[in-house]
Amino acid sequence: MKLHPAAKLHPKLGRKNVEMIATRDGYGKGIVEAGKKDPHVVVLCCDLTESTRSHWFAETFPERFVEVGVAEQNMAGMAAGMALNGKVPFISSYAVFSPGRNWDQVRVSICYNRANVKVAGAHAGISVGPDGATHQALEDIAIARVLPNMTVIVPCDAEETRKATLAAAARRGPVYIRFGREKTALMTTAQTPFTIGKVQLFKDGKDVTLLATGSLLYQTVLAAQELQAEGIDAQVVNCHTIKPFDDKGVLALVRKTGAVVTVEEHQIHGGLRAAVAESLAAQFPVPVRAVGMPDAFGESGTPTELLEKYGMTVEAIVKQAREAIRLKKLK
Amino acid sequence: MKKIHKLVQLEKIANGVRQDIIAMLVEAGSGHSAGPLGMADVFTALYFNVLNHDPKRPGWDGRDRLYLSAGHICPVRYAAMIRAGYGKPAELKTLRKLGTRLQGHPALAHWPAVEASGGPLGQGISVAVGAALAARMDGKKHFVFCVTGDGELDEGQAWEAFMFAGKKRLNNLIAIVDRNNIQIDGHTEDVLPLEPLRDKFEAFNWHVLEVDGNNIEQVIDACEFAKTIYEKPTVILAHTVPGKGVDYMEFDPAWHGKTPEAGEQAREALRQLRSLGGQIEPE
Repeated sequence: MKLHPAAKLHPKLGRKNVEMIATRDGYGKGIVEAGKKDPHVVVLCCDLTESTRSHWFAETFPERFVEVGVAEQNMAGMAAGMALNGKVPFISSYAVFSPGRNWDQVRVSICYNRANVKVAGAHAGISVGPDGATHQALEDIAIARVLPNMTVIVPCDAEETRKATLAAAARRGPVYIRFGREKTALMTTAQTPFTIGKVQLFKDGKDVTLLATGSLLYQTVLAAQELQAEGIDAQVVNCHTIKPFDDKGVLALVRKTGAVVTVEEHQIHGGLRAAVAESLAAQFPVPVRAVGMPDAFGESGTPTELLEKYGMTVEAIVKQAREAIRLKKLK
Repeated sequence: MKKIHKLVQLEKIANGVRQDIIAMLVEAGSGHSAGPLGMADVFTALYFNVLNHDPKRPGWDGRDRLYLSAGHICPVRYAAMIRAGYGKPAELKTLRKLGTRLQGHPALAHWPAVEASGGPLGQGISVAVGAALAARMDGKKHFVFCVTGDGELDEGQAWEAFMFAGKKRLNNLIAIVDRNNIQIDGHTEDVLPLEPLRDKFEAFNWHVLEVDGNNIEQVIDACEFAKTIYEKPTVILAHTVPGKGVDYMEFDPAWHGKTPEAGEQAREALRQLRSLGGQIEPE
C-alpha cells in the first residue's frame, strides 16, 4: 500500500511489528519541551501526576509544577487566574474529570475569559479498559467542541501528541488535547508535519474517504489495506484537529471520493462524525457512515475486547466503507 | 490613584454609589438590589482608598487585582469604578443593554478592567487564588482581593480553593465575604447553614477578621491589617445589611434578586438615600 509521501510516516506503518508507545508519553515529553522553550509554562495536576505523565515536568521544573489535589474545578479556575496573569498553564487529569467534571469552569473561567489554558484530558476512550465506564471518556470531544474560543486536538500517536502539546503551548487561547492510556501504534515521525486546523492525508484514494481521529487511525490504515485487497481504493485522512474544523481541506479530499467513513473512540454523537457531517452537509452532502461508540456506556474488559464488543475495529471500518460506497452509487 | 482618607468624603461617595445602583437597576429593569446596596461601603473603601490602581491605566501590571466572584452584585462594582474614573456617568444607564461594557454579570471580553468574567458562583475564588499564586511565583508585590457572597459558599469549589490557598499560605490573597445572611431562597442559615463560618475558615488555615461591612473605616482598617498577616491568606467577614439604605429592602431576602419598580418605589429609594433615611436635607 502506498502511503502519502508528504506525511513522512513511520516506515513500519502497515506492517506487523509496528512500534507501540502510549500517547500520554508524548504529552509528558511535550510539556517538558514546552517548559524549556517558554518559562511561562506551568503544569497543574489533580493527584494523577504519574499517570498523566506530568511527573517528568514536575521533576524537571518543580517550581513550576502545582499539585492541586483531587479538585478539578479549582484546578480549571486557578489555571484561568494564572493565565490572566501571564502564565501558560497545562492542566492534567483524566478526560472524564477535565473537561468532564469541571466543564462549567472550563466554559466560563477558561473559554469565556479566553484564558490561555491548555486542558489535557488523559485516559480518554474505551481503551482505558478495566476501570470501567465511569473512567472511559467518550463524550469529551462533544462537550469541548461546542465551547466558543476552544481548540480541540486529538492526536493519533505519541509523536503527534508531543507536537500537538508544543503547538498548543505556542497557540494563544484555550486548547483541549485528548490522549489515551494504552500503548498504541506509532505512525508518524519527527519529520511528519503537524499544523493545528489542517487535516493530513495518510493515503490517497478515489473510492471512499476514511476520516479518523486519535489512535484508531491505525486501524483505519489497516482497513484501507484490506479494502485495497478487494479492489477498493480508500483515502486515509488524519483528522487530528476537531476544532477549528478544516472545512476546506476535508471538502477538497471528499470531492475526489464522494463517500465518507468517520472513525473515533468516542460516542458517534457530537464528536468527529458530527463535525464532519455538519461541515459536509453545508457544502457537499455525501453519505457519511460512522465507526464509534454506539450511544452507550462502556464496561470493564481489556481494550481489545471492548473495541471489538462496541464495534471499533478494522472489520467495522471495512464494512462501513463498503456501505458508504453503496450509498454513493444509489445517488 | 490618589487615596481618599477623609471618612466624610468616603461616606458621601458610598451614598452616591447607592443612588447610582438604584438608578441603574431601575433603568435596566432586572438585576440584583440587596447585595450591591449592602456592599457599597466595601467597594467605596476598595476603589477610593485600599486598592493600588489607576483608572487611566487599567492594565498596569503593578495594580492590585480585584476579582468579584459574586458576579451578580456587579452594579456596585460598576458604579464604584465609574465614580473612580473608569468611565463616564452616562454609561451607568447602559447596564444589561445590548452592546454595553456593563454586562449583566462581569465579562472580561466586554470590559477588561473587571479582571475576569464571573457569575457562576465559586469560580472567581479559584481565579483569584490562581492570580495570587502566579504573582507569588513571579515575585510580584501587588495584592489580590476577592469579593465573594455568603450564599456562594454553598459551592464546593469555594472550599477547594480555600483549602488550596491555605496549603500554599498565600499571604498576598485577601478574600472579603459579603456576610449579609441572605440568598435567593431565604436566609443562609435556613437554606444551608454556614455557621460557624469563622471556625471553618480557621480550620482551612486562613486568618479571619470580622468587621461591620457598612463601616468604611473598619473595612479599610481590616484590609490594611490583612496585608500585614504574613503566614496565611486572610478572609474578612464583612457583616453587611442587605439592601442597606432603603428601609423596605433591608434584611429582606425577597430583594436579593429583583429591582425596584420605576415610579414610586424607585423615587422612595432615592429619597431615603439622598436624605440618609430622613437624617439630612437632600442636596
